Amino acid sequence: MTSAPGDTLRVTPGQLYHGFLYAGARGFGGAMPWARRMLVEERRWLTPREFTDAFSLCNFLPGPNIVNMSVIVGSRFGGPRGAVAAFTGLLTVPLLVVLTLAALYSRFGQLPAIDAVLRGVGASAGGLVLAAGLKMAEGLPRTVLGFGFMIVAFVAIGLLRWPLMPVLFTLAPLSVAAAWLHRR
Amino acid sequence: MMLSLVAVGGVTSVLPEVHRVAVDVHHWVTDAEFTQMFVIARAAPGPNMLLVSLIGWHVAGLPGALIATAAMCLPSCALSYCVAQTWDRFRGAPWRRAVEHGLAPITIGLILATGWLVARGAPGGWPAYTIAGITTAVSVFTNLNPLWLFLAAGLLGLLGLV
Repeated sequence: MTSAPGDTLRVTPGQLYHGFLYAGARGFGGAMPWARRMLVEERRWLTPREFTDAFSLCNFLPGPNIVNMSVIVGSRFGGPRGAVAAFTGLLTVPLLVVLTLAALYSRFGQLPAIDAVLRGVGASAGGLVLAAGLKMAEGLPRTVLGFGFMIVAFVAIGLLRWPLMPVLFTLAPLSVAAAWLHRR
Repeated sequence: MMLSLVAVGGVTSVLPEVHRVAVDVHHWVTDAEFTQMFVIARAAPGPNMLLVSLIGWHVAGLPGALIATAAMCLPSCALSYCVAQTWDRFRGAPWRRAVEHGLAPITIGLILATGWLVARGAPGGWPAYTIAGITTAVSVFTNLNPLWLFLAAGLLGLLGLV
């Protein structure tokens, strides 16, 4: 799969199902970094820029981001069938695992060893999300304005812990207006 | 379970609302059970919204889990599908470029904030921060499959180093 991503790329519903199945199955601590790895780095269905644009759109739609992402990517390549394939692929494995874990957990209670392992993996998962964000930042146009909005969003949500909605609805119009004024 | 349409920006932001509905309003689960389910949903692969499936399972078994998951996903999926269709029609329109270019930096800022909060929320202090930092650096600069990093981090945790 070395062809350049774009409108000419053909992806079947079967391939969509498999791709999202893998992304979902590996998505410890959130599937977003894995979806990016699968879509951009492994299968090259989207360019980094396309991924960021599609993910931004998902961020402003209600519902679980990554689930919306699977629907958008799926429908783009395969219409309704593609959307269903990507969606079910994403959720198959996690749903099975979560229900199995819950069944085990309610039977055996909490083991200290499991707890210790999860602490380590939890920290690592945070790092993975950070890395995905940094890689996406690399794809931004190198303008002061773009990076400015990114830093303001990070500080407001990550450091100051302001509520999400007011921050989004203040920053988004400003940032879109800035991009409109600087369009080429 | 029609919280789906409220969940703008990801599930983590509506968890308090899920808690209110499931624990306080309907008494489907207790406070302690809710916390346990959250840990399980975080520990498993996949989207954290599977917490909702767990609550459904707890209330009504397998059908409950499937219905809760569907209720959480379907409305927003239908909306995404429509938006994606409309969006594609305006491919190349200048206002669409502006919206995308304007939203991208904010999205990335939010992702960085999420990573920061997850890493910082991991109990364990500096050893945990170190693991998070190493994971970040390795995934940015190499193409190593992150599962190896998770394996190593899990082992460190098991050895009691985190």
